[in-house]
Amino acid sequence: MKNTLVSVEDLTISFDTTQGAVDAVKGVSFTIKRGEALGIVGESGSGKSVVCRALLQLFAPNAKVKRGKILHEGKDVLTMSATDLNAYRGEKAAMIFQNPSTHLDPIMMVGDQVAEGLMIHRKLDRAAATKQAVSLLEDMKILDAPRRAKAYSHELSGGMRQRVMIAAALACSPGLLIADEPTTALDVTVQAQILALICKIRQERHLTLVLVSHDLGVIGEMCDRIIVMKDGQIVETGTTEQILTAPQADYTKNLIRSQPSLLPGREEHAVSDKADIVSVKGVSVLFPAPRKLADIIGRKPGHVVRAVDEVSLSVRRGGSLGIVGESGSGKSTLARVLVGLLKPSAGTVKIEGLDQGKDRARVIQMAFQDPYLSLNPSYTIAQTLSEPFKAHRLCPLSEVPARLKALMRTVELPEELLTRKSGQLSGGQRQRVGIARALAMSPDILIADEVTSALDVSIQAQILELFKRLQQELDLTLILISHDLAVVRYLCEDVAVMRHGKLLEYGRSAEVLRNPQTEYTQALLKAVPRLIESKAGNTRP
Amino acid sequence: MTKSLSSPARWLRQEAPTSLKIGLAVTLLWVLAAALAPVLSSFDPIAIDAANAVLPPSADHFLGTDSVGRDILARILYGARIDLLMAVAGVIGPFILGTAIGLLAGYSGGWIDAVLMRIVEVTISFPYFVLVIAIVSIMGPGLTSYIVSLTVVNWVTYARLVRSETLVLANADFILAARVLGFRGRRIMFRHIFPNAIVPSSVFLMTDAVLTIVLGSSLGFLGLGVQPPTPEWGVMIAEGRTYLGTAWWISLCPGLALCSLAFGLSLIADGVAQILDPEA
Amino acid sequence: MTRFSFLLRRPFELIPVLIGISLISFVLLQLTPGDPARLLLGPKASEEAIALIRQRYGLDQPLFVQYYYYIKNVLGGDFGQSMSFRSAIGPVLLERIGPTLYILVYGLFLSVLLTLLLGVLAARSRGRWLDQTIRVICVVGVGVPSYFVGLLLILVLSLNFGLFPVSGYADSFVANLHHLFLPALTIAISVTPILTRNFRATLLQQMNAGYAVAALSKGVPENKVFWRHVFWNSLLPTVSLFGVVASFLIGGTVVIENVFNIPGLGLLLVRSVLSRDYLVVQGVTLVMASGIVISNLIIDIVVAALDPRVKT
Repeated sequence: MKNTLVSVEDLTISFDTTQGAVDAVKGVSFTIKRGEALGIVGESGSGKSVVCRALLQLFAPNAKVKRGKILHEGKDVLTMSATDLNAYRGEKAAMIFQNPSTHLDPIMMVGDQVAEGLMIHRKLDRAAATKQAVSLLEDMKILDAPRRAKAYSHELSGGMRQRVMIAAALACSPGLLIADEPTTALDVTVQAQILALICKIRQERHLTLVLVSHDLGVIGEMCDRIIVMKDGQIVETGTTEQILTAPQADYTKNLIRSQPSLLPGREEHAVSDKADIVSVKGVSVLFPAPRKLADIIGRKPGHVVRAVDEVSLSVRRGGSLGIVGESGSGKSTLARVLVGLLKPSAGTVKIEGLDQGKDRARVIQMAFQDPYLSLNPSYTIAQTLSEPFKAHRLCPLSEVPARLKALMRTVELPEELLTRKSGQLSGGQRQRVGIARALAMSPDILIADEVTSALDVSIQAQILELFKRLQQELDLTLILISHDLAVVRYLCEDVAVMRHGKLLEYGRSAEVLRNPQTEYTQALLKAVPRLIESKAGNTRP
Repeated sequence: MTKSLSSPARWLRQEAPTSLKIGLAVTLLWVLAAALAPVLSSFDPIAIDAANAVLPPSADHFLGTDSVGRDILARILYGARIDLLMAVAGVIGPFILGTAIGLLAGYSGGWIDAVLMRIVEVTISFPYFVLVIAIVSIMGPGLTSYIVSLTVVNWVTYARLVRSETLVLANADFILAARVLGFRGRRIMFRHIFPNAIVPSSVFLMTDAVLTIVLGSSLGFLGLGVQPPTPEWGVMIAEGRTYLGTAWWISLCPGLALCSLAFGLSLIADGVAQILDPEA
Repeated sequence: MTRFSFLLRRPFELIPVLIGISLISFVLLQLTPGDPARLLLGPKASEEAIALIRQRYGLDQPLFVQYYYYIKNVLGGDFGQSMSFRSAIGPVLLERIGPTLYILVYGLFLSVLLTLLLGVLAARSRGRWLDQTIRVICVVGVGVPSYFVGLLLILVLSLNFGLFPVSGYADSFVANLHHLFLPALTIAISVTPILTRNFRATLLQQMNAGYAVAALSKGVPENKVFWRHVFWNSLLPTVSLFGVVASFLIGGTVVIENVFNIPGLGLLLVRSVLSRDYLVVQGVTLVMASGIVISNLIIDIVVAALDPRVKT
């Protein structure tokens, strides 16, 4: 057992909630071998984060360890004295977190936060600690580290903040690094850089790594061994190759099947041959930056943000277009122009039917990103869904209940949910209601703005499947806004890649993805973790 | 929460926060006391009885008598009518006016919003209490000027709360969805924004009732509110000031009455806040 | 481009607010019952004198011209004549600012002390009896009128134990530390519940903030995490709350000065209302509104000093 660094035995943790005590982790046992990279994968509510925080005895105030041990080199982390615990944290094991913008102190210079551990564990004075902190930041490939060390967290980009957090975690050379969703809050291209950095540092420093993620792609790329968790229990453990190529549990099989990068591409020949229903020509959207009073008096010109910059594209009736880009690319702004929430500053949007005086709401509809904010919290589902029928008098009042039932069937929701309020529904169910509400208007075009980005992968796969079915059955024209190329490839015949408001690339998705013309699209493609190819030698469909 | 709709009484007994229960009980007691004042005490709250001046609490006068011989318990019971009225009348006007203006500013934006918000900004630059006094000085002391001045000054608090909530809601996905669905502005405003935008200000309403009752009695204490001989608790406390060393009960009893009512209202506010925002 | 450069711009941004304040004061003055010229001179003035005043203050001119004269006079320190004092109002106001400012700052100091102490104690003993006690005191405290607190303090500490004087104002700074302790304490007691509630809630929330958990994970002892990270981050929202509290405090001094008979602006205000000395009421209102504007400026400076993110 010399080989074992940490062994977790029968760990059970419960949370006090308003509904009484709930077990978040139920009798979990596993070992971490010295020098390995262990991945823990699971969807929300699987307890994976609770387990990894327990490795450092970090608990929410309402959490309670019911039983179990966490032995690090033979010593139980859960029963350590405060002094031992403080020495263990930072020197033996350290952690990096999901959201670097909330996990750095906003009012302390980042260099000081890296130096903090050194001053406490190594008893260095401030000057020496700061000097070492700067060199750590340099190791993390932060350019101009001496100056950056004096910056505050809000002055740094997301990727840079994550580098700072890694530097702070590694300051006292712990042997074990625990990473809790380290790249989830980052854009895909930055995500790839951070993963590469963690890989490199792990080799240089012979670190043992525990990587926790919802993303099997990331885990597969980084780890030697994988633990699959669900509802607070371990479903399956094995080497990466075993788990990815020969999963035993049904849950794991489904999880792998749901991976966006494993979704099949759309059949290339199935392309709509009808006339354009939407055509966008040279559309720009400018947002004036707020001007300060002093600037107005001084007659300084106001700054203008070009959220969308001369974009032209079109969609065929019955076709499907995916608009891909990272945050700030202007993809959502463009969607809002299409549905009429925003007026373009320049250019024209032509939508078939509108020029014949048809009501825009009956031609084009939209489903929204945030499952928590997309439904009126004080309405029942029935109220939400019946409102379009009543407001537009789409049918006699007596027919409304039947229409609601039909809608619920269309989006595969049980009728019983009609009497509930949105707060009592799961994220996936809410998104289905949002789609049903849009479909109530029987639109020709449906825009889906990042509808799956807040959902677990297995739920995402189901929603994507729903879209595919709806498009065929209802002859919908679909415009899908997403940050995820794999999702777009699954659903869309055409793809448009946007960055900083500009349209970078536009064409058949099969073509663009096979042979990307711009470096940016290539980077996007490369950044999507593709576990099976690299580890298991599987080819992508 | 669904059960609470079917049976409020049961919900109150079983699930409501303790502070809400106690608060409601205390407040209800005072409402009853005010309503039943003539039944609970046979003394006249206003008539002077010099022969019985400054009597300490006794079997006849449970809480003693004041400097002109009026029974203090009777005056406290009748005073509850005035002070409860001040609490209610002092918040209703500002709430309605402020909510209307806040909705208007938040939803219409542009110059209407800019102008209204400048007015709010300037109004809050005056110390609240001082502006109330300035208006009272123009209108002359009394209950009417109290209500008018509070409405003129206090609407800004509600307007700010409602406006900022409206702004948040106006960009919420479900409002955008309503716009994409082609609903008319009136429908979006009154069915979607309004019911959600008034939640925070409704919570504040209870806290504000406490502040208002304290403010109203302060005016009475300073001689700028309800005028003697009307029994109002602040007025009564002021009347007992000179006897503080010798006849403490004249000031202390109405003071404790005031504190207990304010306490009840605070607990209701605390309970309501706990239900709507369990984090705090 | 330093952190504080925006403070140079700030005074200019206050101009619209100051104009608004003067407008409201002017409107209030217009609404006062009676002839303004007679208000200025008192009821026994001769017709000639009144005609002269009309001309001097432009009272026979259109409203905006009157407003112009009003502003001009106020900026020159001329608030008109007081009926009851039979003298110019400006110097009277100036004389009364001292005591008010004294109990304000003294009370503020005590309330900050109390808030920090109670907030930290409550948050660090979360859920235990100390925390519960402080919470209940805060809920009750909001509803206890400050004048009643003042009277209780007088009753117990002055009349029973003779520790502090019942009323009045001493003549030296040091003597007033003792003399004005009760009024200052009363003010502190009136605002501390709100501040403490807010501070406690912020502390609790920040104790679970990501950066605090991250600091713990680096092996920083809990005590140090609290004092170096959580405490300073929690100060920010509470300091911002002082914008509201300042208004509350200034209103509070009006009541307290009347309870303890302190010759400040508040006592002057109430006496002037009762004697219908409208111009004095206007003068005090204007001075106190300027006090709020200045205190907001100070809050901005403190927030900028605490928070590097401020760059308005």
